[in-house]
Amino acid sequence: MPLADTKRLLTDKAAPLSNFAGLIRRLHIDGALLGGLILICGFGLFILYSAVGESNRLLINQTVRLGVGFVAMLIVAQMPPDLLRRWTPWGYAAGLVLLVLVLTAGEVGQGARRWLDLGVRFQPSEAMKLGVPMMAAWYLHDRQMPPKLSQLLLIALMIFVPTVLIARQPDLGTALLIAAAGIIVIILAGMSLRLIIGMGILAVPGALVLWNFMQDYQKQRVLTLLNPDSDPLGAGYNIIQSKIAIGSGGLFGKGWTNGSQAHLEFLPERDTDFIFAVLGEEFGLFGVLALLVLYMFVIGRGLYIAVQAQDTYSRLLAGSISLTFLVYVFVNTAMVTGIVPVVGVPLPLVSFGGTSMVTLMAGFGILMSIHSNRKLLPH
Amino acid sequence: MDLLSPIKDHHSERRLFVSRVIVSTIIATLLLGVVIARLVHLQVIDHELFAEKARGNRVRIEPVAPIRGLIFDREGRVIAENLPAYQLELIPEQVDDIDDTLNRLVALDLIESENIPRFKELSLSGPRFRPVTLKFRLTEEEIANFAIQRPRFPGVDFQPRLVRHYPDGEAVAHAVGYVGALNADDVKRLDPARYAGTSHTGKTGVESSFESDLHGAAGYRHLITNARGRQVPGNSSELLDSLPMDEKPAPGSNVYLSIDLDLQLLGASLLEGRRGAIVALDPQTGEILALVSAPSFDPNLFAVGMSTAQYGELQNNPDVPLFNRAVRGSYPPGSTIKPMLAIAALETGATNLTRKTFCRGYFMLPNSTHRYRDWKPKGHGPIDFHDAIAQSCDVYFYEISQEIGIDNMHDYLDRFGLGRRTGVDVSGEHPGLVPSREWKRASFRKREDQRWYNGETVIASIGQGYMLATPLQLAAAAGTLATRGVRYRPHMVAAVEDALSSERTLMTPERLPDVEISSSFYWDNVINAMHDVMQGPRGTARAVGSGAPYQMAGKSGTAQVISIAQDEEYDEEELEERQRDHALFISFAPLDRPRIAVAVVVENGRSGSGVAAPIAKAMMDEYLGYGDDAAR
Repeated sequence: MPLADTKRLLTDKAAPLSNFAGLIRRLHIDGALLGGLILICGFGLFILYSAVGESNRLLINQTVRLGVGFVAMLIVAQMPPDLLRRWTPWGYAAGLVLLVLVLTAGEVGQGARRWLDLGVRFQPSEAMKLGVPMMAAWYLHDRQMPPKLSQLLLIALMIFVPTVLIARQPDLGTALLIAAAGIIVIILAGMSLRLIIGMGILAVPGALVLWNFMQDYQKQRVLTLLNPDSDPLGAGYNIIQSKIAIGSGGLFGKGWTNGSQAHLEFLPERDTDFIFAVLGEEFGLFGVLALLVLYMFVIGRGLYIAVQAQDTYSRLLAGSISLTFLVYVFVNTAMVTGIVPVVGVPLPLVSFGGTSMVTLMAGFGILMSIHSNRKLLPH
Repeated sequence: MDLLSPIKDHHSERRLFVSRVIVSTIIATLLLGVVIARLVHLQVIDHELFAEKARGNRVRIEPVAPIRGLIFDREGRVIAENLPAYQLELIPEQVDDIDDTLNRLVALDLIESENIPRFKELSLSGPRFRPVTLKFRLTEEEIANFAIQRPRFPGVDFQPRLVRHYPDGEAVAHAVGYVGALNADDVKRLDPARYAGTSHTGKTGVESSFESDLHGAAGYRHLITNARGRQVPGNSSELLDSLPMDEKPAPGSNVYLSIDLDLQLLGASLLEGRRGAIVALDPQTGEILALVSAPSFDPNLFAVGMSTAQYGELQNNPDVPLFNRAVRGSYPPGSTIKPMLAIAALETGATNLTRKTFCRGYFMLPNSTHRYRDWKPKGHGPIDFHDAIAQSCDVYFYEISQEIGIDNMHDYLDRFGLGRRTGVDVSGEHPGLVPSREWKRASFRKREDQRWYNGETVIASIGQGYMLATPLQLAAAAGTLATRGVRYRPHMVAAVEDALSSERTLMTPERLPDVEISSSFYWDNVINAMHDVMQGPRGTARAVGSGAPYQMAGKSGTAQVISIAQDEEYDEEELEERQRDHALFISFAPLDRPRIAVAVVVENGRSGSGVAAPIAKAMMDEYLGYGDDAAR
C-alpha cells in the first residue's frame, strides 16, 4: 500500500468513501473484479427472469444462489495463497476419492451418476474444476519453468485420472473443462510450443479414440452439429431453434420478455444451457456484445492479476482460472451459436443452476486472495 | 524434491509466463472473435431469414368455418338456426396414449366403445394438431363432470361451437331435412377450400339441396402457437402486430321456404300416431305450403350426433320414420286419379257428359267371367259422368277404360305430371309409375309378362295395379285440376337472402306445360263433380265438406294394399292392420280462385273419405283462415 495512502488513512477523518475502500481492502476484495462480476450477474438475472417465463420464484432462487456464490468467494478470498497451496495435494486426493465414490455409490440423475450425498448433495466433479489446476500449479511451484517432459507426463496423469473418472459418469462437458483447466496450467508454465503443436497433431487420433469412448448421445451431438437439419425435430432441434432465436433477434433484439422463440417454448433448455439464445433474441447483437465485453473485462482483470502474482503457484492458478472462465464462455456461446457440438456447459454466472456458480465464485475468490496477498507491492 | 535442482529464476519465469499470457490473450480474442463473427452472421447477415423462420414457427393458419345460413318459413319464422353448444374435442398431438384416453372417456360415459376405432383412425389420419370431435353436444351435467376430470385427460377439452338446431324438430324434419357430420364420401365430394373447418353438411331435404347457398365459404385466421401447437393467448402486442391479415369466412345465405309453419305444424299434428303424408301447395305458383311425412324423427339428433343405439332404433323401426313418404312414398293412387281420367275420357271421346251406365256392383270384360267389383257391392244403379265422379263409381270407369285405352290413360296422366319426377327442390324424390304398353314391354323379361292385358287397363282406371304416385305428385295434380290445366313446378324454397347484404333473390315460379284440352267446359264439369264430392247431396265426402263457409273440391281414394282373391269375402276387420287399405284424398279450395291444393295419404287408413278427407279439410281451413271454427 502506498505510504501516502496509509498516512491518509491514519490521519484523515474517516470519509465514507475511503472507509468503503478500506473495508474492501481489509476483506481482500478486488474492486474491479467484484464490479465486473456484479454487472454480469445483474445482467444475467435480467435475462433469466425472461427465460424462466417471468417467474419470481425462480428468480429469487437464482439470486439466493448468487448470494451463496459471493459468500463463497469472500470466504476463499480470506485464505492466503500459501495456505491454499499447502492444502492442495490433500484436497486433490480427497477429490479423487470422492470421484471414485460417485462412480460406485453416486446418485443417478438424468442417466448419469454425478451427485454424492454426504450430508449435503454435491458434485465432486465441480470441486475438481479447481482441484486439477491447483494440483498442477502445486506440482510446478518449486520447479524451474519451463517444465521438463517427464514432469509434463506426471502432470498429464494428474489431469487424466480425474478427467476419465468424470467422463465415465458420464459428464463429458465437465471432463473436457477440467482437462482444459489443467492443460492451460501446463501451457502457461511454458511447455514448449513445439510440444503443444505436436500434441495438437496427436489430438486427431486421440479424438478417434475418444469417439469410441463416447456414449451414443454424445456421438449424436457431434453428428448433429455437423448437420443439424438432418433431424430437425430430434437431436438437431435445439441448435436449429437456438439459431432461429439468435438470428431473429437482429441488431437490437425483440425486447425484454418479448422473444417469441423463448416464450412460446420453441427454445429448449432456455433457462440453462441455451440462455445465451434468449439474450440474443431479446437484446440483439448489441446485448450479446455487451455481455461479452463484461466477460472479457473479468477475464482481462484475472489475467492482469495472474501477471501481477508473485509466485509460480499463484501465477499459474490465477492464469488457469481466468482462461478456464474464457473456455466456459467460449464453449457455451459457440455451442449455442452452432459452432461446436452441444456439450452441457452452462453460460457462467447467467445460466440457472447452483453448483457451478459456487465453484466459479470460489475461483474468483482465489484470484482476489492472490491479488490482495502480494508481499512485494509495485511502486 | 530434487535438492540439486537449479535455483528458480523468477525473472525469466515471469517473462515466460507473461509471454504465454499474451499468446493466450490473443488466442482468447480470436476465439471470441469467431463467436462474434458467427453472431454477426446470424443476427445481421441472415437476420431476415431467421426472423421469417421465427414467424413461421409461431404462426399457424387455421380455417374458420362459416356460419350456416338460417332457414325461415314464408312468414320469416325460424325453422333451422344455429345454437352455441359445447363439444368434446381431442387434439391428437397432445395425447400420449390414445387408447387409454378413449377407454377412460368410455368409462366416463362420454363416448361409446363402438366408436373407439373410428376416433382412433381420425386421430391418426389428419394433422396432429387438428382437433377430432368426440361428441357434438355436451349436456350441462357432462360438462360439469368432465371439468373435474379434465386434468386426467391432457389433449381432451370442450370447445364452444355452433350446432344446427331445429326448434320444431319432428314436425319439419322431412320438409327441411337435416345436417349431419361430414363422412368420408362428403369429404371426397366437397370442395376442401370451402369446407376447411366445417364439420357438418346438409344430408337431406332443403339442407341438402340448398347446401351450396346455406354453407358459405371458409375463412382463415392466423394463430400464435407455441412449440406444441397450442394457441397462445395473444397478450403480447409485439407478437400480434406481425400477423398477416385474417380472411373472414363468407357466411351462408339464409333460405326462405314457402312452407307455412302453422300449416306444417297442424299437418304434423293431424298425422300424429299415423303413417302417411300430407302435401299442400299453392296451385297458382307451385309453392309448397306444407310437406309432412309421418312418423317423423328429431333432426336435431343428426346435427348433434346420436348414439349407435339411437340410430339403430331409427333404422330398424318398422314404421321407417327416416323415410320421406311425401316425396318418396309411392302409393297406388286409387280413385284420386278419376278426375284426371275423366278429363282424358271426355277429351278422347270415350264418354260424354250425358252417357249413363248401369252399375250392378261389378264389371265383366267380354268373354270373361272375372268380376271387377265396385266399392259399393250393390252398385250405384244408373249413373252418369257427374255422379260417377261424385259418388266414385268404379264400374263407370271400368267401362270407359276400355274405350280410353291404357296408352291414352298414360298419356293424359303423364300430362298431369304423374309417373315422372316433379323436379321439386328436395332431393330423393321418387317418380311413381303410370303404366303403358311400352313400359310393360321394357320392364319385363318374359314374353308373356310383356303383354298388356285388358284387365290391367280396367284396374288402372281406378288407380290400382301397377300405378303408383307420390303424395307430392297427387298434390301437384290436384293443383293442376284447380287451375284448369295450368301447371307450376312444385318447390319449397321461395327466396335466398344474402346474409351480409340482406339482398333477397326470389325464386320465380317455374311454369310447366299446361294440360290443354279442347273445351274448358270439361274442366267445369270435372271440378263441379269434385265439388259435389265434398259439398253435393250424395258426395262421398259430403260429411266432411258440407256446411263449410267456403267452396271446395276433392276426390277420395281408397287403395288396396293386397289383392283380393275372386270369391273371397272382403272383410276388413280381419285384415292385419298393415294390410288394410290406404286412405287417400286430393282437394283444393276455394273453388273460384283456388289458393291451396292438398294431397293426403294415410297408410292403412281404410277410407279416403272417412280418414284422409277430414285431414285435407282441416289443412284448407287453416290456410284459408277458417281454422278456428273448423272441426279438427
